[in-house]
Amino acid sequence: WILFQVHCHLIFLFFSASSQINFVLLISRQGKVRLTKWYSPYTQKERTKVIRELSGLILTRGPKLCNFVEWRGYKVVYRRYASLYFCMCIDADDNELEVLEIIHHFVEILDRYFGSVCELDLIFNFHKAYYVLDEILISGELQESSKKNVARLIAAQDSLVEAAKEEAGSISNIIAQATK
Amino acid sequence: QDSVERIVEDAAMDLSLNPFSSGTRLRDMIRAIRASKTAAEERAVVRRECAAIRAAISDNDQDYRHRNMAKLMFIHMLGYPTHFGQMECLKLIAASGFPEKRIGYLGLTLLLDERQEVLMLVTNSLKQDLNHSNQFIVGLALCALGNICSAEMARDLAPEVERLLQTRDPNTKKKAALCSIRIVRKVPDLAENFMGSAASLLKEKHHGVLISVVQLCTELCKASREALEYLRKHSVEGLVRILRDVSNSSYAPEYDIAGITDPFLHIRVLRLMRTLGQGDADCSEHVNDILAQVATKTESNKNAGNAILYECVETIMGIEATSGLRVLAINILGRFLSNRDNNIRYVALNMLMKAMAVDTLAVQRHRVTILECVKDADVSIRKRALELVYLLVNDTNVKPLTKELVDYLEVSDDDFKEDLTAKICSIVEKFSQDKLWYLDQMFKVLTLTGNFVKDDVWHALIVLISNAPELQGYSVRSLYKALQASGTQESLVRVAVWCIGEYGEMLVNNISMLDVEEPITVTESDAVDALELALKRYSVDFPGDVTKLSEDTSNCCAE
Repeated sequence: WILFQVHCHLIFLFFSASSQINFVLLISRQGKVRLTKWYSPYTQKERTKVIRELSGLILTRGPKLCNFVEWRGYKVVYRRYASLYFCMCIDADDNELEVLEIIHHFVEILDRYFGSVCELDLIFNFHKAYYVLDEILISGELQESSKKNVARLIAAQDSLVEAAKEEAGSISNIIAQATK
Repeated sequence: QDSVERIVEDAAMDLSLNPFSSGTRLRDMIRAIRASKTAAEERAVVRRECAAIRAAISDNDQDYRHRNMAKLMFIHMLGYPTHFGQMECLKLIAASGFPEKRIGYLGLTLLLDERQEVLMLVTNSLKQDLNHSNQFIVGLALCALGNICSAEMARDLAPEVERLLQTRDPNTKKKAALCSIRIVRKVPDLAENFMGSAASLLKEKHHGVLISVVQLCTELCKASREALEYLRKHSVEGLVRILRDVSNSSYAPEYDIAGITDPFLHIRVLRLMRTLGQGDADCSEHVNDILAQVATKTESNKNAGNAILYECVETIMGIEATSGLRVLAINILGRFLSNRDNNIRYVALNMLMKAMAVDTLAVQRHRVTILECVKDADVSIRKRALELVYLLVNDTNVKPLTKELVDYLEVSDDDFKEDLTAKICSIVEKFSQDKLWYLDQMFKVLTLTGNFVKDDVWHALIVLISNAPELQGYSVRSLYKALQASGTQESLVRVAVWCIGEYGEMLVNNISMLDVEEPITVTESDAVDALELALKRYSVDFPGDVTKLSEDTSNCCAE
């Protein structure tokens, strides 16, 4: 009887092959939030609760334990890089090992972008970290497997911003000259 | 004159200070927040900043809108409410410059969620931006839509996104594909609109486009039976080719991870093959060879390779695979189970649970290793192993398995004792036809972790003893001994006191002794002492009247 139940449950599991990441969370060792991106609907109140719960769960885990915690019927894959914990929440039957690679993919891209990224980079340039994340995930799905392409796209967009800055700067120069 | 010049100079300075960059002010806010020593101090800084931002908003300030949005996002991340800033996102998105749109769209996806009505107001801007001549602006719109759109917006803008799937720029195409995934999730009816484009896009060479499109195909199959059939017919050959090419690919630095070319592409194709091959013998046959190749060829010394193997095993077990392929899969599982990396062991246990439906015998073969995992240092692994052991219990192995679990109960961590106790009690109750064995296990568990034994469990024990006259003597004597040895567990005390109260006479007179028992000497006063000690220690509710019990026992023994 147990096997029949398991059988039915598993057929459902096999069929619902998804890979969506429900949310991304970066927290410091002290539990400070450095980045959050939510791909499933969570209200502000729910988000605060989730962050508190997960911080409690993950920050207290010993270093030798596996990189997965079971939480509310989901799985949270996490890995610590220096003082930061990178966490991604997935469904119970998704491929945790792949998500570990996605986390590493994200970290390496950040590293190349900031030049040896550290926590301070992510604090003072948090909006840039988000721009990078948006070139890696959309709707919780992986968008680009080439780190080079991501870097190229970010650089191109940063250039657009620089160009607009310069244009504005040159207008103010004209005004400044005109008033001399 | 001087003052006019100065005013204009100041204005020029303000302009050149660059409303596009966050400047020093954002930095200063962040510094001030970080320097706050108390929560109250931080709240004060945030309050001050929010007040300034509100003022700027009501003044319709253009110059610092960008910087204020950045500040709002930072404040939001700290957990403070920022609804007053939502309309600013709209204004930034509606602006004509790339930098404004960039931060506006980011603000939109961070400060809002799909349930907010304000979101609907962006639909028009989104539509325009999806048709913009600047591909990066199109990208911003696709990204925002893909992250946050509601069902209504999905319906409205689906035609634009469909069109963008045909564009030449791969960056736009891949974003359009992922955006389509969200659209189909929100409005599954639209799945058929995308299936044609999705199938033909499988011919693309760009990896970013491929991984997005393959994922879109998987999503379409889930959303629509028609799409599933269509893709079964039109995409299997293409998928086999993609997987074969990437698996055979020589070193490609751009996509290399641990010596494997684009593991992400491998995994997504494997996943789609699972969806297409499930319940379809034809499709399963087509992918058989490539699955065997991936299963045997993929290096498993690094996580990337193991991630591929994991997906491969999942696919083999999900489709109508040949027995040869199944054997390959189970072998991989066996190797995983003994891997030093605890991530791999954890994942192996997962896979084995799923494998139970497909090949129970094969899983039983790994019973010993699984039992070892119940004692793993890692609580995630222990829990998973325990669940699996529970599924593996049958008439033949229940006694040795239970013995192992009860032995472990003694030394396990406190936070695991509750789970373990519950599982043991559950197992033992299921196989309680052998009443003597059942009693022995229950007495042991009550002694070790009685505090975690649920009420209905020890109630059931009492019922069984009441209905088994031949075992009542054995029960009362065993419980008395347990009480003497270590009467610290409350449930043990309750059951023991009840039993001694009911069958005290059997205790004192060694009535209906079993072959396995040795006689013990218990006098009436011994029995009463034991009861009194227990009652003193636990002045809680006992089944039956407390004083009556001890009176009864004295009377009983006296008779």
